[in-house]
Amino acid sequence: MEIVLVGLNHRTAPVEVRERVSFTAEQVRRASEELRARGILEETLVLSTCNRSEVYGVPPESSHECAPGLSSFLSEFHAVRPDVLSVSLYHHYDRQAVEHLFRVSAGLDSMLLGEAEILGQVREAYRFAHEHGATGPVLNRLFQGALEVGKRVRTETELGTRPMSVASAGVKLAERIFGKLTERTALVLGAGTISEQVVSQLRDKGIAHLNVMNRSRDRAQELAQAFGGKVVGWGEWDSALRTPDVVVSSVAADDPVLRREILERAMATRGNRALFLMDLGMPRNIEAAVGELYNVYLYNMDDLSEIVQQNRNARENEIPRAESIVTEHVGKFLSWQASVELVGLVEALRNRIRDERAAFVRARMESIKHLSESDRAHVEKLMDEMLEKLLLEPAQRLRGEKELRRKIQNVEALRDLFLSNREKP
Amino acid sequence: MNHIYLISTALAYLLSFILYVRFLNSGKKMTGRLGTLLLAIGLVTHYFALLERSRGLHTVPYHDLYGSMSLFGWLLALTYLGLELYHRQRSVGAFVLPFILVFFLAAHLAPADRLPPPDAHGVVFALHVTLSILAYAAFALSFVLSLIFLGEQRLLRNHNLGDVVWRLPPLELLEQMSRSGVLVGLISIGVGTALGFVSVDRLEGQNSFFDPKYIITLVVLALYLLYFRLARTTAWRGARASKLCIFNFVVVVLSFTVVNFYLSHSHRYF
Repeated sequence: MEIVLVGLNHRTAPVEVRERVSFTAEQVRRASEELRARGILEETLVLSTCNRSEVYGVPPESSHECAPGLSSFLSEFHAVRPDVLSVSLYHHYDRQAVEHLFRVSAGLDSMLLGEAEILGQVREAYRFAHEHGATGPVLNRLFQGALEVGKRVRTETELGTRPMSVASAGVKLAERIFGKLTERTALVLGAGTISEQVVSQLRDKGIAHLNVMNRSRDRAQELAQAFGGKVVGWGEWDSALRTPDVVVSSVAADDPVLRREILERAMATRGNRALFLMDLGMPRNIEAAVGELYNVYLYNMDDLSEIVQQNRNARENEIPRAESIVTEHVGKFLSWQASVELVGLVEALRNRIRDERAAFVRARMESIKHLSESDRAHVEKLMDEMLEKLLLEPAQRLRGEKELRRKIQNVEALRDLFLSNREKP
Repeated sequence: MNHIYLISTALAYLLSFILYVRFLNSGKKMTGRLGTLLLAIGLVTHYFALLERSRGLHTVPYHDLYGSMSLFGWLLALTYLGLELYHRQRSVGAFVLPFILVFFLAAHLAPADRLPPPDAHGVVFALHVTLSILAYAAFALSFVLSLIFLGEQRLLRNHNLGDVVWRLPPLELLEQMSRSGVLVGLISIGVGTALGFVSVDRLEGQNSFFDPKYIITLVVLALYLLYFRLARTTAWRGARASKLCIFNFVVVVLSFTVVNFYLSHSHRYF
């Protein structure tokens, strides 16, 4: 098989190198065109994310021979010195390249094990390449397989189901209590980076109302504006705690800002409506005794970190199941390759020709009445020999074809031209 | 007696239970859908099993304890399926199916009683009994949902999530489902009780209006009305309301057992 992959990722290259070798959409298009125009690759697909830049291709010659040319091209294209780039690049050929792509698509090669975004990025890269005519029969089949692997791993294993960051764990917990957050209200105390992360997650989940409370009103205003929320005056606890279902606190303070008495009062005015408190401050912003109040769910940074760790372990336990899906699909791809090796095609062609010959002889012999039965059999035998001879040479040429891409094209052309759908092996 | 309906119902419920457990464990949508489909198939074959049994004994299903239990199991399955489809939530199927299966098997594995038919009969009486059993089935479902609520809430408050919590329905949805169950039960028991009084009225002179069953039924009605009021808007919402729902079901069980067997003159198995 002739598939080559040259690339780098978060494991092989530091962020400075990854930044320099990443592709914009325009660069992807240009690189694909240049690689094919220069004859380095016949089919190309560039996968570029924040953690990886990979070029997949089908070379005209042997894949091993084209790899150095591909590395030089990347170095030249991104204006990175070859010695700097070469230490970060990996080269995979044939089966290893297929396996690598399927693992990438499954999320097994991601920085965050099982992350969901990579499957969308693979899908987008394939769509882009396909639309620009950069892919052909080999890469089409390869990437369709990769997308199937990614989908199966996500539906059949728990590799990507559980939250892996403190912010997402908190939001998922809120969903365990309230269900969908689309009709819920959140109050964010503090306007730092962690608050921003949680607010972003809450917005992704469609939280209906967002209130921001911060000592610095300007910063609160910034955060509220960025995420479509509104500012609440610092310390106005009674009014601020009446409506929210979720409270996220990340305030720099030596003492707890939310004490039991404040929450007791708030719960009384709320009629004990459930309240989920996420305390991400260090030291803690919410008094631990608050967690004892009826219908209050209090989680601090340690609690959430522990959940993230548990989820990480659970995801790691799913690796063997995901790997077995990858192996299964690598096998399928190799089987498809074997089918390209003319299995059944020549036999189907031979049967078709025999049928045609029989029909032809039957029709023509009607008008040649003087031939005896043995003469007729002799004519049929001669015709069979001639047809077999006609078929032999192209079959041998197809078998001897070394280049996979051309072989697939020829086989598909033969199938399309001579066999009906029913007859295709 | 042809056992094909019994066997296919037991198999359908059992397979449905297995699929619901697998769905709870794996979260695969197709597995959950298959669980629901098998439950629906079980409901249909269970119906025919009830019908066949009634025809064989020449009486209504609730004539004896086992028939009542089987009918209860069928109505429990029906109520659950209705709630599952209404709330689009399959995660509790794994907890409800064992009850359905136990009631079905317990009812059908035992021999039938040889009891005289009840004094009352006719459509009104049949509706009275069926609606009463439907109410008990709906209350049983709310009881199971309340138990799940308390278990999940405990895990969430103790930060002991494990694997199951991520698969269970959100607490608020459990509360909503429980309230839906109670609403079905309240309507059924309300209408069923009214029809019961109509039936008694038609049997003038034969039944006492002071049958303890009437009193406990009104107590059950009042308790569930109280739950319905408290669980929706007041400070009792959440765990307290769920505990009240569990207590209410204990009263229902008392009504079904102690009152029916030892105190009531006109109620046996409903």
